[in-house]
Amino acid sequence: MTNVKVDTVAKTYGSTKVLTDISTEFVEGSFTSLLGPSGSGKTTLLRIIAGFIKPDEGVVMIGNNDVTNIPVWGRNIGMMFQSYALFPHMTIAQNVAFGLERRGIKGAAARKEVDRALEMVRLPGFADRMPKQLSGGQQQRVALARAMVIKPSVLLLDEPLSALDRRLRQEMQVELLRIQRESGLTTIFVTHDQEEALTLADTVAILDKGRIVQTGKPATVYERPTTRFAAEFLGDSNFLEGKVEGGAVRLASGTVVRTASTLPANGSDVTLAVRPEKMTISSGGSHANRLEARITTVIYAGPVLSYLLETPDGMAVKLFAQNKDGVVLKQGDTISLDWSPEHTIAVAS
Amino acid sequence: MRSDAVLNEAVRGPSGPRKHRMLPSWVATTALLLPTYAWLTLAVLLPLLTMFVFSFMSATPMGKAPITFTLKHYRAFIDQPYLLNIGWTSLVIGFWTTLLCAIFGFLAAVALARATVGRMRETLLILILLPFWTNGLVRVFSWTMVLRENGFLDNVLHMVSADTGSISFLYTRYAIVLGLVHGYLPYMILTCYIALVTIDDAIIEAAASLGARWWTILFRILIPMAAPGLISGAVLTFVPVIGSFMEPRILGGKVGVTMGTVIEDQFTQAFNWPLGAALSFTLLAVVLAIFATFSGVLRRGAAA
Repeated sequence: MTNVKVDTVAKTYGSTKVLTDISTEFVEGSFTSLLGPSGSGKTTLLRIIAGFIKPDEGVVMIGNNDVTNIPVWGRNIGMMFQSYALFPHMTIAQNVAFGLERRGIKGAAARKEVDRALEMVRLPGFADRMPKQLSGGQQQRVALARAMVIKPSVLLLDEPLSALDRRLRQEMQVELLRIQRESGLTTIFVTHDQEEALTLADTVAILDKGRIVQTGKPATVYERPTTRFAAEFLGDSNFLEGKVEGGAVRLASGTVVRTASTLPANGSDVTLAVRPEKMTISSGGSHANRLEARITTVIYAGPVLSYLLETPDGMAVKLFAQNKDGVVLKQGDTISLDWSPEHTIAVAS
Repeated sequence: MRSDAVLNEAVRGPSGPRKHRMLPSWVATTALLLPTYAWLTLAVLLPLLTMFVFSFMSATPMGKAPITFTLKHYRAFIDQPYLLNIGWTSLVIGFWTTLLCAIFGFLAAVALARATVGRMRETLLILILLPFWTNGLVRVFSWTMVLRENGFLDNVLHMVSADTGSISFLYTRYAIVLGLVHGYLPYMILTCYIALVTIDDAIIEAAASLGARWWTILFRILIPMAAPGLISGAVLTFVPVIGSFMEPRILGGKVGVTMGTVIEDQFTQAFNWPLGAALSFTLLAVVLAIFATFSGVLRRGAAA
């Protein structure tokens, strides 16, 4: 139960800057998702915290200790991998006891800890089996038990659920969350699955091109993205470009859009982001913001209908609607879209 | 009758008759295996069998002496006790060569599989295979140039300190082992390398994250997981080494009398093929016995 701090960390491979000036703190007991496209540096950051990679610059702190120059084996970390990484030639009990042995815990004391850890991941009675005899989900639970049994200072998860199928993944998410809450262990989680990031984490850090572009609670990052990249990468967004004019934004088409965000000075260029599910198909009431658009495609996805639309001046807009009455509107229909200024976010482009 | 056939066709559908054109699977299997087994019979089994028959003959079946069948050649180790010593020498040389190959080969394979990537790895692999492509005789003779008195080794030593005597160890067992290790190391490196590259990096990283240092990773993870490669490398080294005659003869000189050279002598010098054959089969039996014992131990070790 420790803070993890990363201070002005940078890493360059050849001429590629993988991480640039990363400073962030993972608060004691928090569950942070590092989210970003491949090549954003999220895995590199995790591996720097783990000690597999040495940063070119900067400091990594676990608790009050500067661990920048301490190798992996001296950092007391718990780690889970996408490929489970169980030792195939050892039994489940030997796998879980491996880290205990390194800490001089052997015999009956070790056996007790192993049993407790296997109990925690709901696999009691599996001690004498070999990893090969277990399913993927069970193997990942053993990997979790193995990482947790050493009472690590921090739990690092490298896309641990990506190899599991959907149902099993959801089951493991619940399990992981329960164990994390019970242990109060500072947890850092790398994923490219944004739904997983939002579900599991209490803090989301979005990385792009080796920088953290936004950090915050999942709901905050989703509802109030600060950059165009964050609005686009996490969920879907419509972007409206215009110029500030008297406290509102005038689009190229002449439409005036109001926003609750703070705007720059009159005459400056600004980008507004609106989530497709925040827009509604007008039922005639009065809304602050309105656009006319023609439906180009209707995508039927069960509970949700996605409409791809085009405004008269050629701007593409997306809208998600609850499937209440089935497909009523069809391609070619022209509709009005309403949304509120609350849901209109000015983002840095 | 006619209507029956039509009914059958209707019930079974058009796929029914097509089934009859397919051969039973055992025919295909046999046909596919036949060339291999025919070749093995011709190239391995028949010569081996001939030698086995020879080993019971009283004399080489090319002279004028009448041939009778006898077991006396299999009593060679009892009748000529010095053969026991020679056999023991061969086993000792085989043991040290295999052990040294295993140590150096495994470490080289670890370096190749774990520490190198791409171009670098290809180049190193080729450098390891290079001695394979040179003539064995040339390779062994070049060692005599290095090891003899006033050879390369002595010259290098004298450049550093002129007054020291010779450190030549040509015509000793060390020289034989050195030459054999040089010759058989690539087998060990390759078999271990193949076993090691299949190990997922994450497994090693997991061990390190749990607090394992390099020696723990080597002894608890890499060696047990690459054991099949080590074992096949050991078999590929040990078997030819205890039957080898070129290295012992050239690098061992007077001390280079091994089972390999004795057997070779029976065929080329003494013209006593039956004795040579009997000694070969005795050696084969000893090797098989060693492996049988050894594999039992290993299996128990792996299960624990």
